[in-house]
Amino acid sequence: MSTDTARHEAAPAAPATTWIGRLRDLLQRKLPYDKLLPETQPAYMASWIYVFGVLTLGALGVIVASGAVLAFRGPAWYHISTTGLFFNSLHFWSVQLFFLFMVIHLAGKFWMAAWRGKRAKTWITGVVAFVVAVGAALTGYVVQTNFDSQWIAFEAKDGLNAVGIGSWFNVADLGQNLLIHVFLLPAILGVLVAIHLLLVRVHGIVPPIDAAEVVERTTVQEKSQPEEAR
Amino acid sequence: MDLALRLSSDAPHYLSWSWLSVSVPNLIVIGAMIALFVIAIVLPFPKGRHDSREDS
Repeated sequence: MSTDTARHEAAPAAPATTWIGRLRDLLQRKLPYDKLLPETQPAYMASWIYVFGVLTLGALGVIVASGAVLAFRGPAWYHISTTGLFFNSLHFWSVQLFFLFMVIHLAGKFWMAAWRGKRAKTWITGVVAFVVAVGAALTGYVVQTNFDSQWIAFEAKDGLNAVGIGSWFNVADLGQNLLIHVFLLPAILGVLVAIHLLLVRVHGIVPPIDAAEVVERTTVQEKSQPEEAR
Repeated sequence: MDLALRLSSDAPHYLSWSWLSVSVPNLIVIGAMIALFVIAIVLPFPKGRHDSREDS
């Protein structure tokens, strides 16, 4: 026991021999706590275009929370009662804002080539999350259980049949689409968003193209200067 | 309420240019997104607390 304590406190950490140990070392190296939960952000982030990522995340939070309420109370409630209609509308309009914010976030990142500086995985997870969100929106539209959903389902069915996948992804099958909408796609989207956010923390927020060189130079200077000199 | 019901039940007006066809509501949303994108780039961002705070 005492030997173990002494080894942890004084001696340099021995190389991990288990997969848990290797994972711990990797996380400590790639994502220390001050990087995972930073209190300040780089100066170049003082622009409204950098706000749309977190706005998308906020809208997603409202979608999940309102969707959970709808799931518990069911269509007999959210089509009839005023509170139910409010939550139904809240879910619908938060989706509209989610896509509006996400498209602006995507456009902003595209035009600043946000895959620079080893950020390709961050970009790819974001794009894949966008595609999965489109699927979640489609299945959401067809499980509204109203005339609008019937119209959308049969329009989509023609399209899906035309590309040859209508036999196993049947948008006229309410049960299949409900499960895909409330479980499968939210689970995939949740994992993708979590990975996307962790990658943002690991690699940092991408600087604007003309600031990238300045940021690199400043970072080198800061590392070479003591804290009080800055 | 009547107006809201009429607006939500009527088929939207479509605009067409050659092969491109887009409904007015969709065009408004696309325009709003482009406007918001431009505003986000042009509008100055307010200074945060940390910008003016003296380090102790």
